[in-house]
Amino acid sequence: MRRLLCMLILMSSSAWAVIETYEFSSPDLASRYHLLSQELRCPKCQNQNIADSNAPIARDLRVVLYEQLEAGQSDQQILDFMVARYGQFVRYRPEVDRQTALLWWSPLLLLVLGSLGVVRHFRQKERHPERGLTAMEREHVDRLLKDRLP
Amino acid sequence: MRVKRFIPLAVFALLALLLFKGLSIDPTALPAARLGQPFPDFSQPELLTEELIDASALRPGPALVNVWATWCYSCRVEHPYLLALAEQGVPIYGLNYKDDSEKARQWLADLGDPYRLNIADRDGTVGLDLGVYGAPETYVLGADGVILHRHVGVLDQAVFEQDIGQWFPALAKLGQANAPEGSAQ
Repeated sequence: MRRLLCMLILMSSSAWAVIETYEFSSPDLASRYHLLSQELRCPKCQNQNIADSNAPIARDLRVVLYEQLEAGQSDQQILDFMVARYGQFVRYRPEVDRQTALLWWSPLLLLVLGSLGVVRHFRQKERHPERGLTAMEREHVDRLLKDRLP
Repeated sequence: MRVKRFIPLAVFALLALLLFKGLSIDPTALPAARLGQPFPDFSQPELLTEELIDASALRPGPALVNVWATWCYSCRVEHPYLLALAEQGVPIYGLNYKDDSEKARQWLADLGDPYRLNIADRDGTVGLDLGVYGAPETYVLGADGVILHRHVGVLDQAVFEQDIGQWFPALAKLGQANAPEGSAQ
């Protein structure tokens, strides 16, 4: 009975599920693999990187990444290879070009605009310091407050 | 002083315009990286003859290159329309993507064969070089073998008329008189 149970468990599909493991020739390659697979974006499931995605295309790209790393390609060569096929879209840190310029520079632009606004605001305050109340106004305030205060 | 009053309104209008435009963008649309480039070179067997073929086999254009596989459900959906297009004289080349060639040959025998020839891309390398990320995909090749357009998803008459028909002007006239059958999906 126990033997039968073991056989059944081994025959179930989940026991046979492949856990992807790559044997790297050096730990340096392994760490570059992890960095690059997190930077490369899965073209099919657009908000996942290829390290996280289970899509067939993500698996293919992981294989390509592994093979190219083992073949001694540089990070830049691998990224260029991917971009030539899937566009800048495939990188989570796209290169600065005409299409991505706004993406890269708008935070800086907003920061500059914001600081200009803040500087202007304080300058204006300096130029027109708050004047105090006139005698008439103070009298009016006092009258109003006298009614309210015990 | 008066102009200053309208700054918030201007900012609002600008932002509204930007956000409205954002709503009308399809986030799943991916520009094909290979547009304007020749079809990447390859050397793979033809599905039926097993002869080695390369990119020169895809000429003369204009032609369609259809990425398909027997594991792809949508490919079965668009298959009748491909047959209709082929019947009207549109040259269609197949890229049998990451498929079992035996099953693929059976599929063509059962459902009909709209393809001039089929690249048997068993491990998906041609697809990878082309930037394919799923099936079905359909590419338009120009007369010189340059990639002019990519359509991702099922190809039907509406898609053909809107995005692809322009590359086949002779067919556009024909299509008006005699709409291809199998397009009522």
